[in-house]
Amino acid sequence: MARIDLVDLAHSYGGNDAPQESFALKPVTMTWRQGGAYALLGPSGCGKTTLLNVISGIITPSRGKILFDGKDITPLSTQKRNIAQVFQFPVIYDTMTVGQNLAFPLKNRGVPKADIDRRVAEIGRLLDLEPYLNRKATRLTADAKQKISLGRGLVRSDVAAVLFDEPLTVIDPELKWQLRSKLKALHRELDLTMIYVTHDQTEALTFADTVVVMHDGRVVQSGTPAELFDKPAHTFVGYFIGSPGMNILPAEVRGREALIDGHVIALNRSYDNLPAGAKIEIGVRPEFVEVVAPAPGLLTARIERIDDLGRIRFARTRLGDAKLAARAPAGFTSSDGSAGLKFDPSHVHVYADSLLVEGAA
Amino acid sequence: MDKTVNQKAWFLVLPVFLVVAFSAVLPLMTVVNYSMQDTFGNNQFFWNGVGWFKELLDPSTDLGGRFLASLGRNLFFSLVILAIEVPLGIVVALSMPREGWTVAACLIILALPLLIPWNVVGTIWQIFGRPDIGLLGYVLNAIGIDYNYVSNEVDAWVTVIVMDVWHWTSLVALLCYAGLKSIPDAYYQAAQIDGASRWAVFKAIQLPKMNRVLLIAVLLRFMDSFMIYTEPFVVTGGGPGNSTTFVSIELVKIALGQFDLGKAAALSLVYNLIILIVCWIFYTVMTNAGVERKVQTESEPAAEPKPSAALKPVPALKPKEGVA
Repeated sequence: MARIDLVDLAHSYGGNDAPQESFALKPVTMTWRQGGAYALLGPSGCGKTTLLNVISGIITPSRGKILFDGKDITPLSTQKRNIAQVFQFPVIYDTMTVGQNLAFPLKNRGVPKADIDRRVAEIGRLLDLEPYLNRKATRLTADAKQKISLGRGLVRSDVAAVLFDEPLTVIDPELKWQLRSKLKALHRELDLTMIYVTHDQTEALTFADTVVVMHDGRVVQSGTPAELFDKPAHTFVGYFIGSPGMNILPAEVRGREALIDGHVIALNRSYDNLPAGAKIEIGVRPEFVEVVAPAPGLLTARIERIDDLGRIRFARTRLGDAKLAARAPAGFTSSDGSAGLKFDPSHVHVYADSLLVEGAA
Repeated sequence: MDKTVNQKAWFLVLPVFLVVAFSAVLPLMTVVNYSMQDTFGNNQFFWNGVGWFKELLDPSTDLGGRFLASLGRNLFFSLVILAIEVPLGIVVALSMPREGWTVAACLIILALPLLIPWNVVGTIWQIFGRPDIGLLGYVLNAIGIDYNYVSNEVDAWVTVIVMDVWHWTSLVALLCYAGLKSIPDAYYQAAQIDGASRWAVFKAIQLPKMNRVLLIAVLLRFMDSFMIYTEPFVVTGGGPGNSTTFVSIELVKIALGQFDLGKAAALSLVYNLIILIVCWIFYTVMTNAGVERKVQTESEPAAEPKPSAALKPVPALKPKEGVA
């Protein structure tokens, strides 16, 4: 139970002298509050596992400090840090019973037997492992094994945080859903700080109250799922979160107007002080663009296909060289394959060099 | 599993069968033939039935006494070297580096003794241990230890055992190292997180993951040490007295020294049989271990006593929020 602070933390597998662009984890300063449910989201190779291993002590960072409740624990070994971690693939001590597996982290720390038994029984109950506690931990399904791994992560009540490194990769989708809900419930029940690494946005958005998006070794945004959806701080976040991702279009922005192909798109805020020479783009989620019949004054796009996702339809369109997805209202058809685009001004964001620009009211 | 039954496939086995018949079965039959007869040279043979076998298993006779004594020595030798080489091999494997150029260096150094021919190993130790010119023997005597493997039985035994440990511990170590290398890093990381001590890591992870290769190592070392001939023959020649005369040395003495073909044939058949039986026991144990493993993977769903209970979340904990 602790607040975790990362202070100018960075890691390079090539040593500290390597150019900073090659760092697996670029300098980051941030705080994880006690009791939070965090998701660390990003594509493969973006440095999220590195960050996790740095926090747990498996990797010693090449730069910066980690503080647990203000105490610098950077030089401490994993054993001495008060942290639990669950790995991508289940790790089972297969000479032991399920119960002994759960008790292992406690036993190693010399917890009294009565406390161990109580704690193992509790975690066994929470994870529905009760009927197996006295069975050998072999001959179990992948999800049962991963539940044991999860249990070993959760069994210590005094940990600063429990880290999950894509723990549900090996689980079938149906069970994945159940286990994730279970984790969420456990988080409420046990009052532990949890950090959950994943490259699956659904997983991140359903599990966490705060999602930390990483891209190319950098933390690009951290916020609630709603914030990430409504106001992506970086074009990558817009593109990575949401399905389909945010439309990013190069545009000329002046005041309260954006110009694309000579067509004016209204903006809700005023952007007068955009940095000179920066690459200016506008970003808008497909949910907030509508395809309608072509009309004068509307940007015209060519429809390539319409994806029917059941409760919503998205038109995949082409705008010159750029691709754009837009909501297709019920009953919309296009005779000649062209359509007009109607933007919702309150959800059109402006990006300079990929970073969100806050306009003036 | 539906397999096509085609008895013609037996013809494919025929060539191998013929080769084996000529190379193994026919020579073995001559041995069986000899074991039932007695000869006084001149190619004259007399029928002796199971006489040699009776004598062989009766300690009061000369043949039986010598056979059983050497068998006892041989078993003792095998047990001693297993008791030394297996733990030592594990320790060596555990202390080897896991990555870097030192891995290659260690592997080469470990492999060296295995590449030396048996009788060269014997010669090395025979000279090494000589009190007059051997480095080991001379140094031991110089510091006041009265060491002479030619005259002292204990010294002879120690020499033969140390020589075998030197020659073969590498094999156990290499096998164990291969077993250790196959353990994914995640296990060690998880153990670190779980706060496991070095000993707990060994007991909970490394030893269980090594048990297959250890079985193979024990099998190989047992068979090899049980059939040992060259090295002790070169170093001690079975002496002093008969103290290091193992079964194979005894066999050669009878067959080639005394030219008692009947006795030697009977002895080799029994010797062979013992090895076969031990082999079979090991094989059964090992395949049983394998079957158990296979059952684990194949019958996973069936192995769950209450699969549905395991999957359903406890009602009280059912998440309130729906699909996000």
